[in-house]
Amino acid sequence: MKATKQETVPIATSSDVVMARQKVRQWAIEMKFTLVDQTKLVTAASELARNALEHGKGGHMMIEQVENSIKTGLKLVFEDRGPGISDVDAALRDGFTTGGGMGLGLGGSKRLVNDFQIESEPGKGTRVTVVRWK
Amino acid sequence: MSKLPEMINKHHEEIRVDWVKQMSTAVRRADLISNEEVESQSRELMDAIAMGARSGDVTNLDGPAWGQARDTLSAISASRAKQGFTTSETATFVLSLKQPIFNAVRRENASDPAALFDDIWKSTQMVDKLALITADAFQVTREKFIARQQEELMELSTPVVKLWDGILALPIIGTLDSARTQVVMESLLQAVVQTNSRVAIIDITGVPTVDTLVAQHLLKTITAARLMGADCIISGVRPQIAQTIVHLGIDLAGVITKAKLSDAFALALQRTGQVVTKVNGDNSGNKKTLLRREE
Amino acid sequence: MERIPILRMGQFLLVTIQVDMHDRLAVQLQDDLTEKISECSSRGVLIDISTLEIVDSFIGRMLANIAAMARVLDAETVVVGMQPAVAITLVELGMSLTGVRTALNVETGMELLYELRGDFHSEMGG
Repeated sequence: MKATKQETVPIATSSDVVMARQKVRQWAIEMKFTLVDQTKLVTAASELARNALEHGKGGHMMIEQVENSIKTGLKLVFEDRGPGISDVDAALRDGFTTGGGMGLGLGGSKRLVNDFQIESEPGKGTRVTVVRWK
Repeated sequence: MSKLPEMINKHHEEIRVDWVKQMSTAVRRADLISNEEVESQSRELMDAIAMGARSGDVTNLDGPAWGQARDTLSAISASRAKQGFTTSETATFVLSLKQPIFNAVRRENASDPAALFDDIWKSTQMVDKLALITADAFQVTREKFIARQQEELMELSTPVVKLWDGILALPIIGTLDSARTQVVMESLLQAVVQTNSRVAIIDITGVPTVDTLVAQHLLKTITAARLMGADCIISGVRPQIAQTIVHLGIDLAGVITKAKLSDAFALALQRTGQVVTKVNGDNSGNKKTLLRREE
Repeated sequence: MERIPILRMGQFLLVTIQVDMHDRLAVQLQDDLTEKISECSSRGVLIDISTLEIVDSFIGRMLANIAAMARVLDAETVVVGMQPAVAITLVELGMSLTGVRTALNVETGMELLYELRGDFHSEMGG
């Protein structure tokens, strides 16, 4: 993927989560995503930013416009230096329930984006990378 | 030092005139594109090439000086793709630039065979690269075009119909995959908002099989409608479908299902507090049927 | 700290959520609503989310919690005006909000509340 421009936003308070949503919204609008796609991106960002804050004890989000040979997309990377996730598979698994802890955030966000990657090790923090293509 | 960039810049209009004049009828395709357009495309392209040449480098076309040329080629590709040109026809349009450039190069280097060979090689490389950029851009346009057509086709095949006040019908023809479900959900929810509907009848007569995946997609659609305050009824459930649903243990989560659309409509009327009544007719003895809201 | 205003309409409460809420504001709303339902002996709550462009799992849980807590206090909750893009996203996220009643807009939402809990001799005139 050929990267173009990018921006980094800190996630340290719950207001930062709101800021993260608004930034992603701005970028998505500029890149002319459809309303549904914008909503999916912003919602995924909200989930992942909140995870980074609550579970990861704070971190940051990087936004970047990316391109491959045939399309453009928006890439978001959420990084924290928190306790990490010991069982990633379990964290990604969730059912269609009305509530739940972190599980819903990760598994749910996966369905809102096209590419989803998570790297996490206990004690070493977590990095979640997602891309939504136009 | 090669004088090629300078030469191209200085003589770009002559090269262009030569190019257009020499263009064979096969490349010109007067049936797809007017002469004026060919003139204007050639002018835009040659001006952009001249701009790139002014940077002094005609072998590396990735830099900012050649940005205009790249953009122009994208635009030409896109418009020709829409007009029905093939990839090779569009690339040939660019490749046919070689001849007029070679002519100009030969004029400039008449006395220096080494420089002549060098410039011919460089200009070949340049035009080849331009042609490749064109072919790539052409491909991107075609793919976007096909994707858009597919979307339109999907939208057309899932119309949402207003049956009566507050009641929508959504006949689904063909199978329900995840891409189609997105389109269906969007159409249905838009219609719910626009028509203020409280009941949506999803008719699956035209859906060949209902397996767990299709059922999941249906349930997603129904849940989305519910979140906006509209209840769904599934109609057109054929006996075989009923059997499959039971055999697969599919849980339709309390959604009411009917075999016939008419039964679903009757239920929908009830749910929205409306009633169909037969009324005694006019003097001609015809009975009229009147739909009125229940007081 | 800013709070989301809760309006009283006879036996019902009306809340309009217009801002992009941060988590604390959402929790505050939950608390304020349960208090007010209890204080006014309200029979129903109408939550208008027609200008809310995002409902993530936190907000979704908040709505579900409000509905559940209200029910314990013998009040019905109706959420109205969810935007299509939001509904589609919520479903994809995996939330169905089964315990929450919904309606298309404030008008139909009020009709529903009256149907469910309306006292036809109330001061709203029925």
